Amino acid sequence: MERRFRTWVALVVFAAVLLALPLLVRQPYYRTILVFVGINALAATGLNLLMGYAGQVSLGHAAFVGIGGYASAVLSVNLGVNPWAAMVAGVVAASLIAWLIGIPTLRLHGHYLAIATLGFGMIVSIVFAEWRGLTGGVGGIPGVPALRVAGLALDNHLRFYYLVWTCLYATVIATSNISNSRLGRALRAIRGSEIAAQTTGINTGSYKLQVFVLSAALAALAGSLFVHYISFASPSRFGFAYSIELVVMAVLGGLGNMWGPIVGSGVVTALGELLRPLRDLDVPAFGLILVLVLIFLPRGVTTSLGLLVQRLRAPRPTNGEVAPANIVGAGEP
Amino acid sequence: MSTSSQILQYAFSGLTLGAIYAIIALGFTIIYNATDIVNFAQGEFVMLGALTMVTLHSPPPAGHGLALWLALPLAVATGAAAAGALQRLAIRPLRHGSVLTLIIVTIGASILLRGAAMILWGRNAMLLPPFTQRGALFVGQASIMPQSLWVIGVTALVVAGLAIFYAQTLVGKGMRAVAINRQGAQLVGISPSRMVLWSFVLSGALGAVAGILIAPITMAVYNMGTLLGLKGFSAAILGGLGSSPGAVLGGVILGLLESFAGGFISSGYKDAVAFLILLAVLFIRPTGMLGGRATPS
Repeated sequence: MERRFRTWVALVVFAAVLLALPLLVRQPYYRTILVFVGINALAATGLNLLMGYAGQVSLGHAAFVGIGGYASAVLSVNLGVNPWAAMVAGVVAASLIAWLIGIPTLRLHGHYLAIATLGFGMIVSIVFAEWRGLTGGVGGIPGVPALRVAGLALDNHLRFYYLVWTCLYATVIATSNISNSRLGRALRAIRGSEIAAQTTGINTGSYKLQVFVLSAALAALAGSLFVHYISFASPSRFGFAYSIELVVMAVLGGLGNMWGPIVGSGVVTALGELLRPLRDLDVPAFGLILVLVLIFLPRGVTTSLGLLVQRLRAPRPTNGEVAPANIVGAGEP
Repeated sequence: MSTSSQILQYAFSGLTLGAIYAIIALGFTIIYNATDIVNFAQGEFVMLGALTMVTLHSPPPAGHGLALWLALPLAVATGAAAAGALQRLAIRPLRHGSVLTLIIVTIGASILLRGAAMILWGRNAMLLPPFTQRGALFVGQASIMPQSLWVIGVTALVVAGLAIFYAQTLVGKGMRAVAINRQGAQLVGISPSRMVLWSFVLSGALGAVAGILIAPITMAVYNMGTLLGLKGFSAAILGGLGSSPGAVLGGVILGLLESFAGGFISSGYKDAVAFLILLAVLFIRPTGMLGGRATPS
């Protein structure tokens, strides 16, 4: 009960911060960063559900982001479809593809699963770059129309900020609900031990597939929003590098934590901007920081903070008793 | 060119490519056998070997123009040293981490190495002179570069050398022992930690050799390692992760398939061939052609 109350308080505070932020942050450059943080966090949320709650891995998630993005671009530019409808189509397409690819892929485990998703991601990114007729090839698709709400074009940073972060707010709530639902408990059981979960009657294959499809849908949504924001779809944005960035965001933020994707996305995006003055040093610096964080904070920022808070609150064990076990984020995959 | 000549031509380039993939796949296999880790930074050792060789062997101003026999061991040693450093500094502190953590660490290391290479060598592709300066040799209408023969020949030597290494030398036998039963090896006085380090060093050396061999044909550039590493890994999976003969077989088959697909179907999509094969193997028979281990830990 206390946990639910704390979650509600956090959500209210979060909403307040979100509403206040644009008033404090007025420069377009920083507002753009906020929008990108939001978009990345949306995609990372999908990954968080897949990796943090269900214990699976996806090194190819940029493919689904790209599918959403390109569906939006192709439909709205080449076929004049309403951008909202194009976005829905993108989400549906990504979900379908995820469902199809998920069935054979999710039978794999560990490294094999990671590699299969990586291979899938690579194939899709090659298709984006090579299928010139559909995707415009390496040049991409320019001139993607802006989304419109009641005649108002969502074509400036502020309006897009509200759109993206409203979506994100909804997904945070959804994540929290999933986490406390039957699905969430089943997923955590699968993450802890798939075989044990199966023995208790959980249909692990079905649940894994559901989460995989959901994560792909979220990624596609992020991709569509991205493409409508920058009015441009290009394959370079949806390749292996972005897949890795998303995984880093999910892991850095803290897997299995509903705030993880936002924190992770914020840290990674902010890091990218902070390192920019280093010019060419920014890429190796990013790699170095990644390795260091994994060594010292392997469970990510939010989970480590949560553990720290718990350890500060918990009474010291006496007589050699073991300290109370922490269930949050339990079960290494 | 007649079709049969085309086939021969593609076969030559496919074998050359396949030899490179085989060496890279062996690098993956060695580390995987010793540690159950998939080293996503393997491709970067290839890149380091190639670029270091350029700096040492290429004529000025690009390089120092050192003789081949002098530059080659130094470049190989660079790759080996980088791999050793990777194991000691990044892998060993995290050896108790989850599969995901280790994957990300090796990816992080590859980002770091790639970025460092970009700073040291710039973004432009650099030329490495071929080992021998003769012109192309011809079989009918199909041509084969002398460098391709070097690639295939050296690869064959490397494979044979590795077999001898594993069978006859103490370090090689020690590595096999650790791969078979870590605790048992410890009990007879073999240090698993040292053997793991050796396996990384050896993989780094192999990767560097692959880079040195291929650079005269494809040029050397800071980001050449990523795709090569991934394809080498696909080859290892195709042959069966954990099986050395599998790595070689997988590499050769992948090289041939990619070459033929690029020639007869489409050159733009040829990179996708490796990954399509990868997916096919993983979906149908994850243990690959020659077995390997059923499930990774």
